[in-house]
Amino acid sequence: MLLFQQLVSSLMLGSVYVSVAIAFTLTIGILNFLNFTIPTLFMLAAVVGWALSYWGLPFGLSGALAWPLALAVGVAMSLLVSLLVERMTFRVMKMRFGDSTEHAIPLVSSLGFLLIIENLVRIAYGSDAQRFAGPDVELTANIGGILVRVPQLVNLIVIAVVVMGLAWMLRYSRIGRGLRAIAENPDAANILGVDTKVIVPIVFMLSGAFAGIAGAAFAVNYGEVSPQMGEDIGSKAIAGMVIGGLGSIWGAVIGGLLVALIEIMTIHFFGADTIQIAVWGSLLVLLLVRPQGLLGHNAIGKGKL
Amino acid sequence: MSGYWAGILSILAVNIIFAYAIFIPVATGQLNLGGAGFQAIGAYTAAFLSASVGLSVTFTLLAATIMAGIAGGALAFPILRTRGVYLILATFAFAEVVAGVILNSETLGGAMGMSVPGYVEWYVPCILAGAVTVFVFYLMATRFGLNMRAIHDDDVVSDLMGVNVRMTKVIAFAIGAALAGLAGGLYAHTFTYVEVQGFNAMVSIYVLLYVLLGGTQTAWGPIVGASFFTLLPEFLRAFLPKLQVWVLGVLGQDAATVQPPDESWRFVLLGVITVLMMAFRPEGFVTRDLVDRFSWRSRRLRTPDGAKS
Repeated sequence: MLLFQQLVSSLMLGSVYVSVAIAFTLTIGILNFLNFTIPTLFMLAAVVGWALSYWGLPFGLSGALAWPLALAVGVAMSLLVSLLVERMTFRVMKMRFGDSTEHAIPLVSSLGFLLIIENLVRIAYGSDAQRFAGPDVELTANIGGILVRVPQLVNLIVIAVVVMGLAWMLRYSRIGRGLRAIAENPDAANILGVDTKVIVPIVFMLSGAFAGIAGAAFAVNYGEVSPQMGEDIGSKAIAGMVIGGLGSIWGAVIGGLLVALIEIMTIHFFGADTIQIAVWGSLLVLLLVRPQGLLGHNAIGKGKL
Repeated sequence: MSGYWAGILSILAVNIIFAYAIFIPVATGQLNLGGAGFQAIGAYTAAFLSASVGLSVTFTLLAATIMAGIAGGALAFPILRTRGVYLILATFAFAEVVAGVILNSETLGGAMGMSVPGYVEWYVPCILAGAVTVFVFYLMATRFGLNMRAIHDDDVVSDLMGVNVRMTKVIAFAIGAALAGLAGGLYAHTFTYVEVQGFNAMVSIYVLLYVLLGGTQTAWGPIVGASFFTLLPEFLRAFLPKLQVWVLGVLGQDAATVQPPDESWRFVLLGVITVLMMAFRPEGFVTRDLVDRFSWRSRRLRTPDGAKS
């Protein structure tokens, strides 16, 4: 029964990884751009949410906001910053070189943004971890003998719904068809009338939103935010994305859950110090044996960097 | 020489060697985001041999270089099958595994770190950095260096032209790893203390940025990048408080009562420089053109109408 309890908690942790992994997989699958700002977008939503619910709007415009509103503003913030990053990395390259996917340049630029955003947050709020006063995380429901925390359950449902919504959108909507067309061949998509100038920012908005939602979920469930919270979650999410296969939404879902499962089971059986070896060791082995991941296509991410 | 400048020169020399370690794979078109892993292997090899076996610094540095080189070569054979993003992620994963193994190892001190008995004066890293610089310039001038650059520009055509692409990549990767090990060994002996937190993912990111911002086309790039970004924080340490006092003076506040500026501003600046450089000079600061312009041999390389051959 304890093991089953562990499975449930790894599902909860996994939902955060899944959301961040989807943010990564969108930009890499569609634009062939490994966007290193995503961990900071994850952090930004949570930290801005904390700051607003603790202090309220800047310059004394309001008192402390209610936490759901504060988190919503936080997610909106990470979405906006993601658009800003698009303007200053991806679009600049597109205009200057006519092609931004063949170079390592956007990747390096996004590393620059990682440093900028994370350290600006550190300057603004200090580098200590802060307690996020959300709903009562100890509120539990007993479902068939398994204790489930209600906020976690709600988060799980929210993330499941947005992932399904994304999958539906990619498959059936006009924007989704445009996205898939760009992923397959940007030039052909452009010739056939897909407006890349409109579609590319949508990719960044979506990935910013997914990173932000994950950050909000993390803040609510674990009750703690800090400027460096994105580093660990972000790198685990990258591991999950690679295990699932680059560019595949369901790959990101499976990979994210798998990484959380490996993590929780490693803690359960061997202790917390061995997580790094377990997660990254399995990733390294997988990369050597089956580089395209479990569900990925062979072509994505192989472009010259 | 004061202790302050000796410390800066030591860290500068270590960073230059480390930057060359990343430069050599990058010059063949392989981005290595696991530099800290190889540096950690070198540092811990040197620390262990110095503390537990009691070897002299000469041998520990040699062992650090060889160990990291062997690790790099052994890793390169399977890892270089992967390309593009996968290679970056594989090197990143490797560095995380190395850190994880060290963290769990009792003999290597785990999370506590290890103190290193052997100490080197500042001139040892400086001399070695000079030697490494000369070596890399020589390497880039040989046929092997030409092969590396050809693979960087187009590996399919290089393959058709008879360059052994796989072998060149593996050797370049192993040389890079060995140099990272040397940098790690020097780090251990300079600071006489190693801990695994000193070799985290951010270290790999910083050194990759030094190399990419310095320029990857010529061997001048890493030395320029590493020197600039090692000396910049020292310059800022002196300059930022003065700037703050001046700004506050303009705003009419008393500067004496406020805190000195946050250390994090340095990293913000590094980020801003990175973004700007990528937008306006993506090949890095030192390009082949720039070297040509300042080289007395350059005219011979140009055709009579002024276009470069």
